[in-house]
Amino acid sequence: MNAALKVKRYVLIFLKYFSLVFFSFVAVLPVVSCVVTAFKTDAEYASTNVMTMPQSWLNFQNFVDAFTRANMGRAFINSGIVLVCVLFGSIMIGTMLAYVLNRFQFPGNGLIRSLFLFATLLPGIAMQVSTYAIMKNLGFINHLYGYIIMMMGTDVIAIYIFIQFFENISVSLDESAYMDGASYFTIFFRILFPLLKPAIITTMILKGVGTYNEYYAANLYLQDKKKWVTVATSLYTFTGPLGNQYNLICAGLIVSLLPALIIFILCQKQIYSGLTMGAVKG
Amino acid sequence: MTAIAATGSKEKQPSKFTKWRRSRKGQQTIVIVTFMILPLLLLFTFTYLPFAEMFTFSFQKMKYIGPRTFVGLKNYKDVFSRSDCFGALKLSLYYMGGSIVQLALALYLATVLSFKVKGGGIFKGLMFFPYLISGIAIGFIFKFFYTRGFVFDTVLQWCGFELENLPYWLKDQRINNISLVATSVWRYFGQNMVLFIGAIMSVDAEMYEAADLDGANKFQQFMYIILPSIKTIVTLNVILSITGSLSAFEPPYVITDGANGTGTYFVVMNDIAHVQQKVGLASAMAIVLLMIIFAATILQKLFFKYVFKDAADEDKNAGIRRQKKLDRELKKKQGRSAV
Repeated sequence: MNAALKVKRYVLIFLKYFSLVFFSFVAVLPVVSCVVTAFKTDAEYASTNVMTMPQSWLNFQNFVDAFTRANMGRAFINSGIVLVCVLFGSIMIGTMLAYVLNRFQFPGNGLIRSLFLFATLLPGIAMQVSTYAIMKNLGFINHLYGYIIMMMGTDVIAIYIFIQFFENISVSLDESAYMDGASYFTIFFRILFPLLKPAIITTMILKGVGTYNEYYAANLYLQDKKKWVTVATSLYTFTGPLGNQYNLICAGLIVSLLPALIIFILCQKQIYSGLTMGAVKG
Repeated sequence: MTAIAATGSKEKQPSKFTKWRRSRKGQQTIVIVTFMILPLLLLFTFTYLPFAEMFTFSFQKMKYIGPRTFVGLKNYKDVFSRSDCFGALKLSLYYMGGSIVQLALALYLATVLSFKVKGGGIFKGLMFFPYLISGIAIGFIFKFFYTRGFVFDTVLQWCGFELENLPYWLKDQRINNISLVATSVWRYFGQNMVLFIGAIMSVDAEMYEAADLDGANKFQQFMYIILPSIKTIVTLNVILSITGSLSAFEPPYVITDGANGTGTYFVVMNDIAHVQQKVGLASAMAIVLLMIIFAATILQKLFFKYVFKDAADEDKNAGIRRQKKLDRELKKKQGRSAV
């Protein structure tokens, strides 16, 4: 009886670790195969199986080639500008809106909340058919600012994270500041905004990753790929005649992945908690 | 408040507007208006205006540039009669199936990882990482992964499969949609898992200790402690996955470009809008799908309202009831082992 129980326990433990190892393997295999291929020379790539290890792990030639061919220097600069502006804009807009919606009862409060919630139901891709026409009329196509403004306006999850956060900050804080003669603007910028720091960091990471990886709208609205290339759209260089040179493509992919990987390793905890925060109400 | 305003007006006799501006009500109105004008403008320009425009486009025969003619309901008739439009919705069944697999897998892994596991953080990180890769990069990765004789085939050969017996993963119409759905599962299961872990962690740790002391096994702990506490988030994800499957877009768009019968509804719509430039027809397609999504959402809401009718009061007593259920279960078990 006792021995049987013991066997059963070991089998369960084995199954547990086996499934974890198996699914982790599944998760990393596609990426690892890319890393392996990225270090191969053209001749090596043509002659060996994709899963054989490269002769030298120090062959960085593909990375250099991919970087220059896909104009990735420019892409990183553009993506950097987009990131900074979109994050700044959407965090200001999100926190301000959340402040007003959470702290003041006014006619239309509920309506505005439902307008934002309803917006989440509309799939983005469907809306691009007519958004394209509007962007065209506004003269926003092929300009970084047009793309930035469009990216700022569409984040409902962030707003909900902020509203939730405001709910946990006591209103008596606002009240006592108001009694001391502070205006609502001072209360928001001097007192409440600094308190939002954890929520701001999580939104920055989530929104940052989303913006960095966005390619559909970037491809549609930043058509001049020489000038307004972003990291995500720079990968389009590898379609067409280069489409079969996977050692080059993989190198390009790895370069584009690096920033996300670094952020992930540094801010794992915030990313996880940010996701959970966004999901509860979102 | 009125007293202050009254004394103020006696001393300086400010204009009505200044008085209003200084009053609490006035200050509130000013802050509300200034803080909301920008977000509402953006919401209007990039969500509701396109929505309204799309509606008018859908009754017209038009390109982005050039003349437009009113054609009434012709676009809508085309959506339902053209073989490439409405039929594409059938593919969402694959994506629904995929999301069920994905949710089940995420739930299992989250449960395993929320108990003590050696190296749990590393496993979690490895499985979550695909979520951070851009859609376009995923497209390239999987084109490479599925190419004949490349990564996937090699791994299967290690497992003893013969290359001749393996299908072309992205060309063979019997299998290619499943291959594409698998990439979507690969991308999101780790993210779902992290969400579920978050929900499981929010359960009071004392519950597990109490259950352990009472002699509940892991399966019972799952059924009576974990599952009820994450019911909301699982339900939410099921709802999201159904609407998500209807609007599946990325995997075929970046990997096969809709070739060989993998074009989902939105891939076809995207092609009609931006390549063929039949903007009216594409708008009609979008409106039709939006209607279906609304209908599905409302039906789901009603369904869950009906099924979880007592959800509200259950929340209050859930802890107690769960404890009771667990007790009952344990008593049964003890009774059985005593016999």
